[in-house]
Amino acid sequence: MELLTHPVGVSHFLVVGAVLFIAGVVCMAVKRNALGILMGIELVLNGANINFVAFSSELLNHDSSYRLGLDGQLISLFVIVLAAAEAAVALAITLNFYNNHSTVDVDRADELKG
Amino acid sequence: MDAINWHSLFFLLFAVVACGSAVAVVVATNIVRMALCLIVSLGATSGLFFLAGADFVGSMQLMIYVGGTLVLLIFGVMLTAQGPFISMRTGGGDWIVAVMLSGCLAALLVPAAFSVVAWRNQPTVAVDAHADQHAADERGATAKIHQVSEVGTHESANDAAAVSFEGDQIGEGRPRTSTHIGLGLLGARVDRLQPGSADLKPGMAGYLLPFELVSVHLLVVLVGAAYLARTKRRAKPQREA
Repeated sequence: MELLTHPVGVSHFLVVGAVLFIAGVVCMAVKRNALGILMGIELVLNGANINFVAFSSELLNHDSSYRLGLDGQLISLFVIVLAAAEAAVALAITLNFYNNHSTVDVDRADELKG
Repeated sequence: MDAINWHSLFFLLFAVVACGSAVAVVVATNIVRMALCLIVSLGATSGLFFLAGADFVGSMQLMIYVGGTLVLLIFGVMLTAQGPFISMRTGGGDWIVAVMLSGCLAALLVPAAFSVVAWRNQPTVAVDAHADQHAADERGATAKIHQVSEVGTHESANDAAAVSFEGDQIGEGRPRTSTHIGLGLLGARVDRLQPGSADLKPGMAGYLLPFELVSVHLLVVLVGAAYLARTKRRAKPQREA
């Protein structure tokens, strides 16, 4: 159990971010519920946030020339705020779609197909 | 056997919870269960942020994501619920393509994460040495602020910043990041101050303009969402699925 006795580095955080990103991409690809696709987008943004925070952390990057500094944390804050805005407007669109079609199945949103 | 590294232990705990819940979000077919798994995953992610030393981002993750965005999502689930247990099944072909896609992405990303030597773990001694170095940097920056405030016009403001800056240390080690982030959003990067030089360096300008942009963006988006989501008419019953 080397992982339990040695300190973790940026790589381990990157692996967690990659797992969240992949889960979000698959969630966006396979879900037919519009709210499920929204949850996939949230997972992708969180994976990106983990990477930003890991690169900005001074606990994990001991060599200061590789460190992102406080910029990574500021960017992840912006990502959180933009994710909140995106969730609000996407939820409003989903509610409108539900009002018009009585379903949230994105496969039914094919009126513009051509 | 070496002693257990508690940082790594808690990292492993939070990482397993976050990844497991993220996978559970993907494989769950019930939308309410998906939302619950997403809450657990995002909470564990905020724990990872705390472990990486980003305390302000972690608490913002808890407040905005878990407290705000997910409540919004659950309200969406409730407002669009057509029955007690809705499940929209996905076809087998879609699952095969998705698993192939995710396998390729994992084969690309996971070796890439371990391919750079500087990103791997390093001995524990370096942490303490670096903490001391950082504390020395902080003291230098504080002295620099005092020096600026003596010649600057905004003496009282700079003094207040310097005082809060001094009282911002947790014990002996690392400082809290909230003061730095707040001043960075207002356009002053106190974490980039170099002791002994009076002029601004490139990259010290801070994030005032993106902060204003994201504020106006949030206002416009929320007004637009409220406009979009208001009820206009009832859905026609013959279009029902």
